[in-house]
Amino acid sequence: MSTKVRKMLFILSKATIENVYAAFVMANGARMEGIESEIFFTFFGLEAIQKNKLEHLRVATVGNPALHIPTMIGGLPGMEALATKMMKKEMEKLDMPPIGEFLEILSDSGCKLWGCKLAIDMFHLKKEDLIDDLDGIITIGDFYNRANEDGTQMLFI
Amino acid sequence: MKKVFINKEVDVNEEGYLIDFNQWNREVAECIAGECEIVMEEKHWEVIEYIQDKHQNSEPLSIRGIKKSGVINIKEFYGLFPGGPLKKATMIAGIPKPKSCI
Repeated sequence: MSTKVRKMLFILSKATIENVYAAFVMANGARMEGIESEIFFTFFGLEAIQKNKLEHLRVATVGNPALHIPTMIGGLPGMEALATKMMKKEMEKLDMPPIGEFLEILSDSGCKLWGCKLAIDMFHLKKEDLIDDLDGIITIGDFYNRANEDGTQMLFI
Repeated sequence: MKKVFINKEVDVNEEGYLIDFNQWNREVAECIAGECEIVMEEKHWEVIEYIQDKHQNSEPLSIRGIKKSGVINIKEFYGLFPGGPLKKATMIAGIPKPKSCI
């Protein structure tokens, strides 16, 4: 392997679909290259590991100039759902798995999935609310300690 | 680039992937596997045949496809071809490295 990257640590703090997929694709891509990867879900990123929420993530149609929809129109009822549906359709064409299946793939590939203790307490979430594949609930300090080898990179999303 | 495996000369690209599948046979595959520190066993061959079939039918290879293959699950796949399973399996299978990001 020519790369000097040995381990990728991701902190996912957002729940918009493009951010969650960015983290998942990069974490999976690392494993596929023989690089270790782990994801720490915090704040709104926790939506991606909540059993009853993870299949309902959306793309933001307000405050997202790259969608090229005027903000007033983006705010109309149903716009977010429509944009999300269209995006998911395009993703399916590229064989991108839905969130739940993607989490299974990541876990099976050896990517570690962690929940942030502070954010879980803040949102009053219980262990049962979170996916079974979660490797544990840890603090940011614990997560830093996982950056224990040369060639570790950490990304905040 | 030329490479010699047990008296057989094959053409490979700069990453070590075979350029011409006609030069592939099980001995060549075993040599490539050896360079990846993999000893080929029954299950490895099953996977290699599966991805060769996929390639011949021009179906793109992805980790999701492996999950749905019915031949092997993802955990076993990482176990059989450690350190970049699809990259290594395609190299051993004598087919190009997959271009997909997933």
